[in-house]
Amino acid sequence: MNGWSALDRFLRTDPQDVGCAQAMEMLHIYAELVAAGEPAEERYPGIAAHLRACGPCGEDFEGLLAALRDAPS
Amino acid sequence: MPEAGVSASQLDAESARWLQALAGVGAAREAALAQLHKLLLPIARREVARRGPRLAITGPELDDLAYQAAADALLAITAKVGQFRGESRFTTWAYKFVIFEVSAKIGRHFWRHPVVPLGAEQWERLPARFGFDPAREAEWRDLAAAVRRAVDTELTPRQREVFVALVVNGVPLDTLVLSLGSSRNAIYKVMFDARRKLRAALAANGYLPDDSARGS
Repeated sequence: MNGWSALDRFLRTDPQDVGCAQAMEMLHIYAELVAAGEPAEERYPGIAAHLRACGPCGEDFEGLLAALRDAPS
Repeated sequence: MPEAGVSASQLDAESARWLQALAGVGAAREAALAQLHKLLLPIARREVARRGPRLAITGPELDDLAYQAAADALLAITAKVGQFRGESRFTTWAYKFVIFEVSAKIGRHFWRHPVVPLGAEQWERLPARFGFDPAREAEWRDLAAAVRRAVDTELTPRQREVFVALVVNGVPLDTLVLSLGSSRNAIYKVMFDARRKLRAALAANGYLPDDSARGS
């Protein structure tokens, strides 16, 4: 990806984006769906949009997903 | 009975067992807390190890951060267990607090040890942040100048402050939250509005594709 497309992608905003508060509130539900292979993005498109755009929340999601995949069941 | 927002019959067996154990008293409750901490600490350690390579934090300091995150997550979980509604397994809900605490601790670390001096503006680093090749400056010089001009003319003082900190200076969002005494959600909203304004300005001046004709 070159700088133009990276800048364009960064500046684009998605009206479905729910923001950090709602994404953080729902993160355990969303991550569990993803870990189970369920269509989390279809069920919660606003959270998916947020996790794509927000670095810190995206990082938290990746961390929680890794925890679910690594933790003893 | 647990004071959670769900009845035990609505939960999977393991989650119900955790709620029951945490609702105990005396030695039974202490044992449940110790067991939960034992579960949370490896999660915290794995998370700081996962993020570690991208942070200038190593060794004992990283382990200390994990230990603090697990301990504070345990406090948050016990304080909020009544809010658990059984929409996921209890442990998934609990792990979320560990991850949040790791984020908060890392944000606090960079607040105490800032990489960029407060008030500095590293505009010269902006092109590299978006992957522009320094050797091909002729291709992006005008765009970089247009971004800076739009930041100065289109944004409110608050939006400019947040954009410069996060994008120009690369301050982590959780660190800026502490610096400004704000919340992640509030800072993100400021940035969201700033991004929209900047893209509209750059598109209006022909630097980025104009999507308005497509109604998006």
